[in-house]
Amino acid sequence: MTTKVYERPASLIDKTTHYCGGCGHGTAHKLVAEAIDHFGIRDRTVGVAPAGCSVLMYEYLDVDTAESAHGRALAVATGLKRANPDLIVFTYQGDGDLASIGLCETIHAANRGEKVVVIFINNAVYGMTGGQMAPTTLIGQRTTTTPAGRSVVNEGGPLNMAEMIAPLNGVTYCERVALFDAKHVRKARKAIFKAFEIQLNGGGFAIVEILSACVTNLKMTPLAAQEWVADAMVKQFPLGVFKDETAQGDGDAV
Amino acid sequence: MAERTGNKQLVKGNVALAEGAVQAGCKCYFGYPITPQNAVPEYLSWRLPEVGGTFLQAESEVASINMVLGAALTGARVMTSSSSPGISLMQEGISFLAGDQLPAVIVNMQRCGPGLGGIQPTQGDYFQATRGGGHGDYRTLVLAPANVQELFDFTYLAFDLADKYRNPILVLGDAILGQMKEPAILEPDHPREEPDKSGWTLTGAKDGRPLRNIRSMFLGEGVQEQLNYTLREKYDRMERDEVRYDQRWCDDADCAIIAFGTAARIAISAIHEARDEGIRVGLFRPQTLYPFPFDAIRSLSERVKRLLVLELNTGQMVEDVRAAVGDRAAVGFHGRPAGGLPSVTEVLAKIEEL
Ligand SMILES: Cc1ncc(C[n+]2csc(CCOP(=O)(O)OP(=O)(O)O)c2C)c(N)n1
Repeated sequence: MTTKVYERPASLIDKTTHYCGGCGHGTAHKLVAEAIDHFGIRDRTVGVAPAGCSVLMYEYLDVDTAESAHGRALAVATGLKRANPDLIVFTYQGDGDLASIGLCETIHAANRGEKVVVIFINNAVYGMTGGQMAPTTLIGQRTTTTPAGRSVVNEGGPLNMAEMIAPLNGVTYCERVALFDAKHVRKARKAIFKAFEIQLNGGGFAIVEILSACVTNLKMTPLAAQEWVADAMVKQFPLGVFKDETAQGDGDAV
Repeated sequence: MAERTGNKQLVKGNVALAEGAVQAGCKCYFGYPITPQNAVPEYLSWRLPEVGGTFLQAESEVASINMVLGAALTGARVMTSSSSPGISLMQEGISFLAGDQLPAVIVNMQRCGPGLGGIQPTQGDYFQATRGGGHGDYRTLVLAPANVQELFDFTYLAFDLADKYRNPILVLGDAILGQMKEPAILEPDHPREEPDKSGWTLTGAKDGRPLRNIRSMFLGEGVQEQLNYTLREKYDRMERDEVRYDQRWCDDADCAIIAFGTAARIAISAIHEARDEGIRVGLFRPQTLYPFPFDAIRSLSERVKRLLVLELNTGQMVEDVRAAVGDRAAVGFHGRPAGGLPSVTEVLAKIEEL
């Protein structure tokens, strides 16, 4: 007798992605699909994918989705959830989207406590447009628009979004996770599950920041890129829970 | 427009249009304050919750229009309102609404520019409104009310048109129309037509149906091109079926004024004075700016050989009038931008000049 110990989540479409080898988007998609399956919410979930490498998310996640303009995912999600509070709404945003062009929308949606889940992929570069500097690019990191490395004097330092968002009023849950090894993928999975559970329980803004490797634009091998995330990125962006209002005992805790 | 019967009340333009939206079944409003349309969000902030709707003051016009897009994805009737600088900020979002083929109503109570300009009335946004405004090859249907009653009626109608064409609809007013009070009947003169949207809205994939994705980016050879043809076919239908205008005193006219909105009100005063002096002047007032009444103006120019275009700008709609008329009639122009209002005397002098 053989027992199945692992299978593709039903909400993840069975096809090869366009993502580069070693890219974190595929893993993050799978974790979102697992959460949708786990809670049985495929028939009420709507995702929002803004411009960025994952604008093609609809190719892989078997749920209703909308494209959004670059930076506007959280405004679109606000409209969706406010117009139909029965929906389970999530956004899936890159760092350029959430922390640069859409920073205003991010802060205000969080502060209003919009009842949505935010999956925030921090890969320290602009992936889709070819590896330019992101608001999360590390100091000294070379990108196609910081050929000499990012300098605090000229470009400012990286923005730590989880730390910035956690203190805002409407935020129920804010955690930073990573995908560089199996143990951390499991933690990321738990965080994503928790974020969806919060929305199911009527809680407020729930964001999971995921450190992820953009292998191609880092110009590294997949393994070296994972090590870079584990080492250099984690130094700038410490992992952990920055806010969890469910821990105060409202019965929401996973 | 036919004369309306019903209970008249003295009401501000901004309030009349807001109530028109409520009567049309508008369920969500997202907007950001800007003069001269603040009475719209202020009214809807209490009125919408009263009818089970949602009002939210957004953090910017960029956010407003994208919240509108989000609500439109669910099939809810949704609107925003703003004034010129705010409408400029919304252009990317309006382009997305057009590309996504989503219904929404956008009100622009124009104020003068360019730049921060001022809060005086103007018709400086005619080009922006009628040429798409944002990037890409698209159009928005543009309704141009000229009084408080029409602000109510056209906003009410805009929701039906938005759903009929799955396209953003613009109501183009100005600082005078929004802030003036006039008697108006705040009851619709026909039942609203809200089609079944269950075939395309994002509801979550119910009963195991395949996923839906609403987007404007289509990869694959020729697919994006095809979307543009599909949109064009829709705009052709609008051009065929939705042209609206008000034509008065043209049967015996030797000349006619072509004007919309507030400029048409000034034209009407000038026409009355001219007729008192025995000069037979007619009025042609476009009520839709896109689609523009090209054919009706062309036939007018077959009969009336002197036409004066009157606008609150330095000459925008006049380009469309000239395209319609060709060399069939003489087309003159008078306009004052940025809060300068043409006087009746000025208009009469221009008519003499023709
Ligand atoms: C208004 C606007 N500006 C710029 C772009 C081009 N653009 C598309 S995605 C992107 C950045 C993507 O970076 P990120 O959000 O970090 O996502 P990633 O691709 O790295 O996953 C940019 C600048 C756009 N589509 N729209």
